[in-house]
Amino acid sequence: MSEHTSRPVLRVTGVHKKFGDTAVLKGIDIEVARHEVVVLIGASGSGKSTLLKTVNLLEGVDDGQIFLQGDDITDPRVNADRIRARIGVVFQHYNLFPHLSVLKNITLASRNVFKIDKATAEARGRELLRRIGLEEKATEYPDRLSGGQQQRVAIARAIATEPELLLLDEITSALDPQLVGEVLDLVGELKQSGSTIMMATHEMSFARRVADRVIFLSQGRIVEAGPPEQIFDDPQQPETKTFLSRLRAAEPGA
Amino acid sequence: MTNATQPEATLDERQPSQVELDRRAFRRKQNARSLLISIASTIIFAVLVWLLLINSPGWSDVQRSFFDLDTAISSFPQIIVGLWLNIQVLFFAAILVGIFGSLLAIARTLRGAVFAPFRLGAAIYTDFFRGIPLLLVLYLVGFGVPALGFTERLPMQFWGTIALTLTYSSYVAEVLRAGIEAVHPSQRMAARSLGLGYSKTLRLVVLPQAVRKVTPALMNDFVSMQKDVGLISVLGAVDAIRAAQIEVASVYNFTPYVVAGILFVLLSWPMIRLTDWYTARAQRREQMGGQV
Ligand SMILES: Nc1ncnc2c1ncn2[C@@H]1O[C@H](COP(=O)(O)OP(=O)(O)OP(=O)(O)O)[C@@H](O)[C@H]1O
Ligand SMILES: [Mg+2]
Repeated sequence: MSEHTSRPVLRVTGVHKKFGDTAVLKGIDIEVARHEVVVLIGASGSGKSTLLKTVNLLEGVDDGQIFLQGDDITDPRVNADRIRARIGVVFQHYNLFPHLSVLKNITLASRNVFKIDKATAEARGRELLRRIGLEEKATEYPDRLSGGQQQRVAIARAIATEPELLLLDEITSALDPQLVGEVLDLVGELKQSGSTIMMATHEMSFARRVADRVIFLSQGRIVEAGPPEQIFDDPQQPETKTFLSRLRAAEPGA
Repeated sequence: MTNATQPEATLDERQPSQVELDRRAFRRKQNARSLLISIASTIIFAVLVWLLLINSPGWSDVQRSFFDLDTAISSFPQIIVGLWLNIQVLFFAAILVGIFGSLLAIARTLRGAVFAPFRLGAAIYTDFFRGIPLLLVLYLVGFGVPALGFTERLPMQFWGTIALTLTYSSYVAEVLRAGIEAVHPSQRMAARSLGLGYSKTLRLVVLPQAVRKVTPALMNDFVSMQKDVGLISVLGAVDAIRAAQIEVASVYNFTPYVVAGILFVLLSWPMIRLTDWYTARAQRREQMGGQV
């Protein structure tokens, strides 16, 4: 492992993506280092979700390459399922499996993809549940949980197999305001424990707190990237300035 | 931000107010009244039907040829033996339908150009067998296939089981397909993003949810099959109906048919009740979810 520490966990080079005739990603280059938290911001439709989906191979690319720990995952010869198993994903809508208990949701991939035996997988699942403060919900079904609890379980499910990279797509935007905090706190904790994360969010105050690097996307291009202080306090590009000032006008709290 | 609603004492800790006690007393009275009314009206209706029946001009003839106790008792053993054959056929047909119906449903939901022949084949199959009367399938399979001479002589209940499976698989496949399509695509996406492959996603995530969604419809199909299993008698298999027919012919009395009918009703009754109960429970659950 130690010989690879300098290699980025994720390297996206020149990625293009079209839906029909509309170009959604127009040449994206990103590197995410180990233990780094990269936050994608940008207007609705700027391509944040699409970028995250291409990285998880839920969408193909039309040009460019994506490397996970140096492996070209856009090579059509790779086994997409194996790649996806190395990446954890949490979506905006919590997408837990309603027919499985909380614990079974968390251990599904461990047991069926990684072939870990039941006892080990469940012990580890319970350990995770304790970490997210939902130990007593192990045998509950997802629809008995609040939105915030469901989203925390979704995060636990994504990290249960110790993925090399975690992708989070607006994981708080479907939540009531008072539930956002508990989910974001958990993400903060993941950062503390050294996870490598690329996430899209509209929570600017959170982005400022947790991000090592903020990337501003507009119409499928990276307009500006840098540490949060720079992007939020001293943006260089006029487009970034416009986006941030509009956002501040819309919600003065942020 | 503070929570608008104050924490309340839970209902069982509190003594209900006088208003609530009055409401409960009123509801109890109301319930008791409607129960009495429904019992009384049921009894009156039953008595009326009974009087109408026994006062009809042909009642004594009908009673003699359809409801003769001695004939019922003497034909009972043969009919029960026949019913056992029905139950065996039902058992194997149900298992085969479960397997074959699922395969058909999966074939119809496969995506991608490579699977076009499977999709088309399954679609043609289900359209054909949903349209053709079961009786015809029984004749074609029961008399046509053995005539091809590929196999040894096999008992007619074997061909009956095959015919039932062919027809009911198409019904069950349609029901299951509807269930599979009702599972939200985001569930597939969530499963795939965990690294589960296509078939594991289908088996562990999509199918369990699909079956749950259509369980009442599947149970209904099973109830229909419980009755239709009696049709194997047309092939000459000595099931409950065929046994009754033999008895009818020997004693010139229709009572054995009534006996067989009652046995079929008794056979399907638990399943019918179970279906009702399950459907009602599923409905209650969904309504509960709707309020959250
Ligand atoms: N499956 C699809 N087919 C066609 N167009 C799509 C598809 N998915 C996304 N798009 C389009 O791609 C563009 C980028 O969408 P994307 O979801 O990546 O935006 P986003 O930055 O995540 O926006 P938001 O902040 O609203 O989530 C949008 O114009 C959208 O309409
Ligand atoms: Mg999005």
